Amino acid sequence: MLKENKIALAEGFRDGIPIGLGYFVVSFTLGIMARHVGLTPFQGFLASLLNNASAGEYVGFALIATHAPYIEVAIMTFIANARYLLMSTVLSQKFSPKTPFYHRIFVGFDVTDEIFGISVARKGWLNPFYNYGAMLTALPGWSIGTALGIVAGNILPPSAVSALSVALYGMFIAIIIPPARKDKIVAACVAISFAASFLADKFLTGIVSAGTQTIFLTVIIAGGAAILYPRKGD
Amino acid sequence: MTQEIYIYILIMSAVTLAIRILPLTLIRTEIKNVKVRSFLYYVPYVTLAVMTFPAILHATQSEISGFLALIFGIAAAFFGASLFQVAVLCCTVVFVSELFLI
Repeated sequence: MLKENKIALAEGFRDGIPIGLGYFVVSFTLGIMARHVGLTPFQGFLASLLNNASAGEYVGFALIATHAPYIEVAIMTFIANARYLLMSTVLSQKFSPKTPFYHRIFVGFDVTDEIFGISVARKGWLNPFYNYGAMLTALPGWSIGTALGIVAGNILPPSAVSALSVALYGMFIAIIIPPARKDKIVAACVAISFAASFLADKFLTGIVSAGTQTIFLTVIIAGGAAILYPRKGD
Repeated sequence: MTQEIYIYILIMSAVTLAIRILPLTLIRTEIKNVKVRSFLYYVPYVTLAVMTFPAILHATQSEISGFLALIFGIAAAFFGASLFQVAVLCCTVVFVSELFLI
């Protein structure tokens, strides 16, 4: 392996540690839910390994519980995960023309909110090995956590779950604040996003799913910023 | 039922993977349009901000501890703390504050 790929892999693994830990806790609670639906530990492991999506899997499991039609599961999974279309499009522009095509498939395999977050924060072209390093913690954390949740049920104390569940938000904060400090438009975007998301949560919860809220707000706010303040330099 | 569950898992996985892999593999050239490029530049910050707040308040046992984690996290990130440091700090703030709040 090239030296720069090794370094990228190690850095991805390092940045992936809080992701893996956070995933373990969140997926553990997902596993508890999957247990009620009637999934075996292996089925939970498999679903989490291939989906690696909290809201998407939650919706899917809830529909399995009601023996929903397959088409309904497909549509609801699409709605819950549609934001990854945007993220995958952003990442498509981070690939160097020289990077072999198959890396796009493997990187695409695990575009999660968190891995997307840390990989867009990287300077320059994306080295796919950075993503692979993060996936080394994220995929086992998520899939094994789900399986253990099904096996063990609720063994973690609520105080630990509560504390660990903010790890993922801490990472998001660490990604958005430094650029907001340097760029006033980004800072305004973050502030408007916080406010709009707060209002959407207050008035739209129960009417529009959280995933759909995220997509609408992203398109409106990022679209507005792009029209009002297009970036000419890059 | 067990076989049916595998079909459900297959459908969920196929949809999720298509969503993630298709844009990356279909959009292989550089997008030149300035507005579209700007939009894609702003997307991550807006998306992550939208997903962070107010969700962080609902993730914890007490809304106050979640809010404290948000404030401490923003301050630490503003003064240059790393990804890992901010994540650990937020967890610690929640754990310690909930000793008093819960």
